[in-house]
Amino acid sequence: MTQLPGLLDTEALRKDFPILDRVLHDGKKLVYLDNAATSQTPRQVIDAVSEYYERHNANVHRGVHVLAEEATALYEGARDKVAAFINAPSRDEVIFTKNASESLNLVANMLGWADEPYRVDRETEIVITEMEHHSNIVPWQLLSQRTGAKLKWFGLTDDGRLDLSNIDEIITEKTKIVSFTLVSNIMGTVNPVEAIVRRAQDVGALVLIDASQAAPHMPLDVQALQADFVAFTGHKMCGPTGIGVLWGRQELLEDLPPFLGGGEMIETVSMSSSTYAPAPHKFEAGTPPIAQAVGLGAAVDYLTSIGMENVARHEHAITEYAVRRLQEVPDLRIIGPVTAEDRGAAISFVLGDIHPHDVGQVLDEQGIAVRVGHHCARPVCLRYGIPATTRASFYLYSTPAEVDALVEGLEHVRNFFG
Amino acid sequence: MKLDSMYQDVILDHYKHPHGRGLRDGDAEVHHVNPTCGDEITLRVKYDGSRIADVSYEGQGCSISQASASVLNELLVGKELAEAQRIQATFLELMQSKGKVEPDDAMEEVLEDAVAFAGVSKYPARVKCALLSWMAWKDATAQAMGDGAERKTA
Repeated sequence: MTQLPGLLDTEALRKDFPILDRVLHDGKKLVYLDNAATSQTPRQVIDAVSEYYERHNANVHRGVHVLAEEATALYEGARDKVAAFINAPSRDEVIFTKNASESLNLVANMLGWADEPYRVDRETEIVITEMEHHSNIVPWQLLSQRTGAKLKWFGLTDDGRLDLSNIDEIITEKTKIVSFTLVSNIMGTVNPVEAIVRRAQDVGALVLIDASQAAPHMPLDVQALQADFVAFTGHKMCGPTGIGVLWGRQELLEDLPPFLGGGEMIETVSMSSSTYAPAPHKFEAGTPPIAQAVGLGAAVDYLTSIGMENVARHEHAITEYAVRRLQEVPDLRIIGPVTAEDRGAAISFVLGDIHPHDVGQVLDEQGIAVRVGHHCARPVCLRYGIPATTRASFYLYSTPAEVDALVEGLEHVRNFFG
Repeated sequence: MKLDSMYQDVILDHYKHPHGRGLRDGDAEVHHVNPTCGDEITLRVKYDGSRIADVSYEGQGCSISQASASVLNELLVGKELAEAQRIQATFLELMQSKGKVEPDDAMEEVLEDAVAFAGVSKYPARVKCALLSWMAWKDATAQAMGDGAERKTA
């Protein structure tokens, strides 16, 4: 078996993930390489969610009975865990949402309804990048259409990185918000946060970082990032679906208006008007995803017990190996950085003129799960003149043997359509 | 192997050697996309009265979607509209069968090469690939016949 420096003890780790034992299609062992879409769930998280429903289920922040108090303590305990995980200065800066898309939409809507100095209107500009997931494009298109603000974006270089050569023309005195991904979901590129944040701060623009592909894979320190908002989702980091996070600087959360109204987010309500609860509750209208938050708390515990530095080191070793092995496959072209430097563990590629759908289908027959298509990042495909890609994405339980299986699988694909 | 039931030789043959590919003169043109995977087709129909004079197309996509367009061209060009609609309905029925319809002789007579897609109907994610060109044809025909004008995409 291939040994690489920095690998985790995957033999032990994989025992935590029951699904990885699945056998598909007449005896093919599952090779799960679609982690950028969603990660698998360890027993510890499954148990935490089950135990919540079996022993503590109640609505939160209301009621005085034992279960209500336990459910509230578990839900708020999850907030503490997430706050510590991202090094948030205050637990009150952690807002639970249903996913990263909702977190991003929430910021767009806060700004759309905000008063000065945050207000986005026809005199102002919004900046994103061509590398974004659709969830960090469409909310800004909507905001731009509704307010008249101009939408601008950074383009991409041929090797899959942000082209910051014209940063001073893209981010200007008119810019109100710069929203960009920390790690590309399609190309794996890790973006240079500091350069963008510095320019944004110079012109007084707010910065929102989409950390959906970062939080699961590397230490995330919102204070070090110096952003104003950071969004990510639970289900890509060993947690359940239906739970996302928006972290925001406290003073902003105090100043900015709520978006969704309802129970939980209020202080007092009369028929003509209401006052609002302080953040984070101001932004959590209605019964929140309680069990899912508890599950995310367990996922954070799980990842913390392994250590995010160790996760990052493991994935870097796997990525380095995968990038090298994939380039040995004839006719294979990686879309994005072709080395493991400043790169995450999502690797997109095209294989000759074989359509990714066909690649994915033949790989599936061998038990290998990859993502095919435009990965909700169609502008990237347009930029590189391709209709779609095949994407293999790795996680803390991925092994060099799975990289080998992928490479063998791709040989099979070539023979099949050759 | 199960894969062979999807990737029949007939399908791979149409994929590698498509019939009637390329855009030619037409009465109506539509552009359809499959948003889940990015497959696209631009398709034109040319009618000579109620007879299909030509179906021309240009597109990008997987082997299933491209082969399906080729089969469509081969099957429908030269047919009367009513006959073509019967073929389209039969193909739709087969593709929506979830692999439960075993094509009989009668169906094979109607669908000819298109029966090869029976195996695709077992793969829900791929049914839309097989139907892309057929839905585009239906839409283009509706436009050419004057009912449903202006509708460009599904």
